[in-house]
Amino acid sequence: MSVNLHSFTQYAPGSSRKILDNINLTVEDGAFIALVGPSGAGKTSLLRAIGGLSPVYAGQLLIDDLPIGHSDLPKRKTGFVFQNYALFRHMSVARNISFGLDVLPRKQRPDRAAITARVQDLLELIQLPHLADARPDQLSGGQRQRVALARALATEPKLLLLDEPFGALDPIVRRTIRRWLRELHDKLGLTTILVTHDHEEALDIADRLVVMQDGRIVQDADATTLNTSPQTPFVMQFLGETLEFAGKIQDGQFIPEDTDALPFPVSEKNGKTIVFIRPCDVQFISGKGMAHILSRSRNPNGLYHYAVQTTQRALDITTPMPTEISEGEQFGLDISHGKIFSNLP
Amino acid sequence: MTTARFSISRFLLCGCSYAVVLLMLLLPLVLIFTEALRQGLSAAVSALLEPDALAAIRLTAFVTVIVTVTNTLGGIAAAWCLTKYSFAGKRFLIMLIELPISVSPVIAGLIWLLLFGQEGWWGNWLAAHNMQIAFAVPGIVLATLFVTFPYVTRTLMPYMEQQGRDAEEAAFLLGANFWQTLWQVTLPDARWALLSGILLTTARAIGEFGAVSVVSGHIPGVTETMPLHIETLYNGYQTVAAFSMAALLALCAMSTVLLRTLFEHSFRKQPS
Repeated sequence: MSVNLHSFTQYAPGSSRKILDNINLTVEDGAFIALVGPSGAGKTSLLRAIGGLSPVYAGQLLIDDLPIGHSDLPKRKTGFVFQNYALFRHMSVARNISFGLDVLPRKQRPDRAAITARVQDLLELIQLPHLADARPDQLSGGQRQRVALARALATEPKLLLLDEPFGALDPIVRRTIRRWLRELHDKLGLTTILVTHDHEEALDIADRLVVMQDGRIVQDADATTLNTSPQTPFVMQFLGETLEFAGKIQDGQFIPEDTDALPFPVSEKNGKTIVFIRPCDVQFISGKGMAHILSRSRNPNGLYHYAVQTTQRALDITTPMPTEISEGEQFGLDISHGKIFSNLP
Repeated sequence: MTTARFSISRFLLCGCSYAVVLLMLLLPLVLIFTEALRQGLSAAVSALLEPDALAAIRLTAFVTVIVTVTNTLGGIAAAWCLTKYSFAGKRFLIMLIELPISVSPVIAGLIWLLLFGQEGWWGNWLAAHNMQIAFAVPGIVLATLFVTFPYVTRTLMPYMEQQGRDAEEAAFLLGANFWQTLWQVTLPDARWALLSGILLTTARAIGEFGAVSVVSGHIPGVTETMPLHIETLYNGYQTVAAFSMAALLALCAMSTVLLRTLFEHSFRKQPS
């Protein structure tokens, strides 16, 4: 199922504050996209709008080229998994999963045996066949999460909307479920939109990331594009650790305020600016400055960590490659791989 | 030292509470039953089988059923509106719903007399159309409805508040319509709170005296509910009959309270 939003705007109830501001978004059939951004960016509001939970808006919201709520649009083709799962706590796991089928009009409803078989299939899919009769409050977070997913999948939706589905899970379960979800998406031919504030998770699972800030989409691109050409400093900072070097451009040269950072040629116009750079892109050039390493260590994730003291300040640099600079040796910082945003205010 | 003093004060406090409860609550109950059974069980039973007594019991049952059903439906609707939606005048509406708790039942009865009585606003119109509300069963039903209106709403509201809208939204997204959501999701989840509210309404409807007394007109066998009939019997020096009826009323009230306590117990055991 494809989703299209054109200049979609939504206001906070009873005020003129925009929760979503002129959103233009296209999600093709079969895509797996992630809505990322800090809390309050409007990710969940956008997801709820796509799910049809926000009836009041301005602009266009098309599902399969039909306006949402249109009578020709097949109902129950959207599966929604809530942040806190929203399981029906007075029903067993099996009843929770079959709910979407139980409430179908009699003519469309499969018979009892078919529903039971479907529930059993889904329970096996989520690897919890032994918990059919359990109550939601007897399950662990990861199990509840999977039941919520099974419930959303029972009506065979084509569009799956997930609101921070891994929020309450521990890192190991998180990784397993993430992979499992991606496989499921591919197997069932779903269109999936996932909301998360964890950019690593998003990079890992989604084809495309939609970065949001203050109710707007800042950038909509795949992981590689986001890495090589982030649109704004915010996108760059949100997607990973970033170092900033203030300075000025003079006659085609960037001259950092940090005297131990080395000037490098640029094509931008003269004036003050800031260079943004990933710590791992900073190179140590021996003999060209007064910077030195205060301490070095290797993190459990395999990265090398250096505490660097320059004349003006202290920097933390984490990088996958060890440096050949030795203790007490002085060096300069090559930041020519950094990025200058000429559209800065 | 301190713990010892604490346990002494605790003992004293508990002792006092028990003494008060025994004296103020249990003693009257015991008294009712001893008075009722003073001339033996058969005398008490035959007093209850008098035509006027039977009529009073029937009327009370009739009123209680109508009032409980109506106020349960109204209470669910009100609690739903007040907790799941936000709209202008919501606080005012909550205040209005609580009004019957704070207003004296006598005033609740008077309101209906002022509206529907012969001297009331609509009295002439009603008389012209041959309808009798004041000093008749409809008046009694209306008065009882008014007095017992808040109970279902007030017991449901805190629970529905903490329910939130998530489960309902999930049901909607799974294709359930409004009624399916109400009957299969919202109410089953709030069932203990709802039952507790219904029982409270029932208990109050059975025992209502003040409001009913004003609108009923005390016509024996016609507009006398059980509490009113007790008063009539007592004033007519029919002590055994009065206390038999009172004992029956007390039994009804006690069983509803007992049921409610049981429900609340299982409600609290249910993990949230």
